[in-house]
Amino acid sequence: MTPLSGYLFVSALLFCIGLAGALTRRNAIMVLIGIELMLNAANLNFIAFWRFSENPETMTGLTFALFSIAIAAAEAAVGLALIITIYRHFRTANVDKVEDMKG
Amino acid sequence: MTLPFAIIAGLTVGSAIAAMSLRNLVHCALSLVLTFAGLAGLYLQLNAEFVGFTQILVYVGAVAILIVFAILLTRSTEPKDEPATVTPWIGIAVAVGAFLTMALAVLASPVGKRVAAPAPEVSVKTLGQKLMTDYVLPLEVMALLLTAAMLGAVIIAMKDKEGQR
Repeated sequence: MTPLSGYLFVSALLFCIGLAGALTRRNAIMVLIGIELMLNAANLNFIAFWRFSENPETMTGLTFALFSIAIAAAEAAVGLALIITIYRHFRTANVDKVEDMKG
Repeated sequence: MTLPFAIIAGLTVGSAIAAMSLRNLVHCALSLVLTFAGLAGLYLQLNAEFVGFTQILVYVGAVAILIVFAILLTRSTEPKDEPATVTPWIGIAVAVGAFLTMALAVLASPVGKRVAAPAPEVSVKTLGQKLMTDYVLPLEVMALLLTAAMLGAVIIAMKDKEGQR
């Protein structure tokens, strides 16, 4: 069985890939994908720490991960709706070109 | 480190890098599906079957499709080669710095060497009972949040009647 640190490393890598993507990509959808990757990395941490905890039968990590998945789904839905509205208004999904609060 | 873990972890991280670095947005979305599926595999390896299948249902089934739709809806007038930032190195340096910090913390911590106890007895039934007893308030708040998010997404994305362009 892989020790806990293996999963933590995968999670840290995923988080940093998502962070790099969210910071460097200019398309709003790519920024959102980066945020999704970071959320997933946190979920992997929840599950890994639950599995390696002293008393996993309390299932705290499992329920936390489930709620986190639900929140991520809500966030993706609202975020993509915002991106589509911004695109309709500014004719671009590039976050650098969307600078006005008043259209 | 076991071979299945190495394969799944390599696949997950590799497809995540592809999802963040490919030029074509549709390819990015497809790599993202692979990342989500690999994460589900990792959850299954960790004996979290229900969360693994939830991951497949929600992420591969819903979020990925939503992202593909958003890409197709916002692509028509986009220039083919999206130029990266003027200074992508700052973002990458921040990410590498964050990774090094986390890696050092993991290496220094004694928790990282912990080996898993024998697989815990977790059935969907006990998980459901937990959700309906101990976690019933968060569950209801979550239902409210999902309803609000659904309504909000529909209202935000709805075409305004004035037809202002």
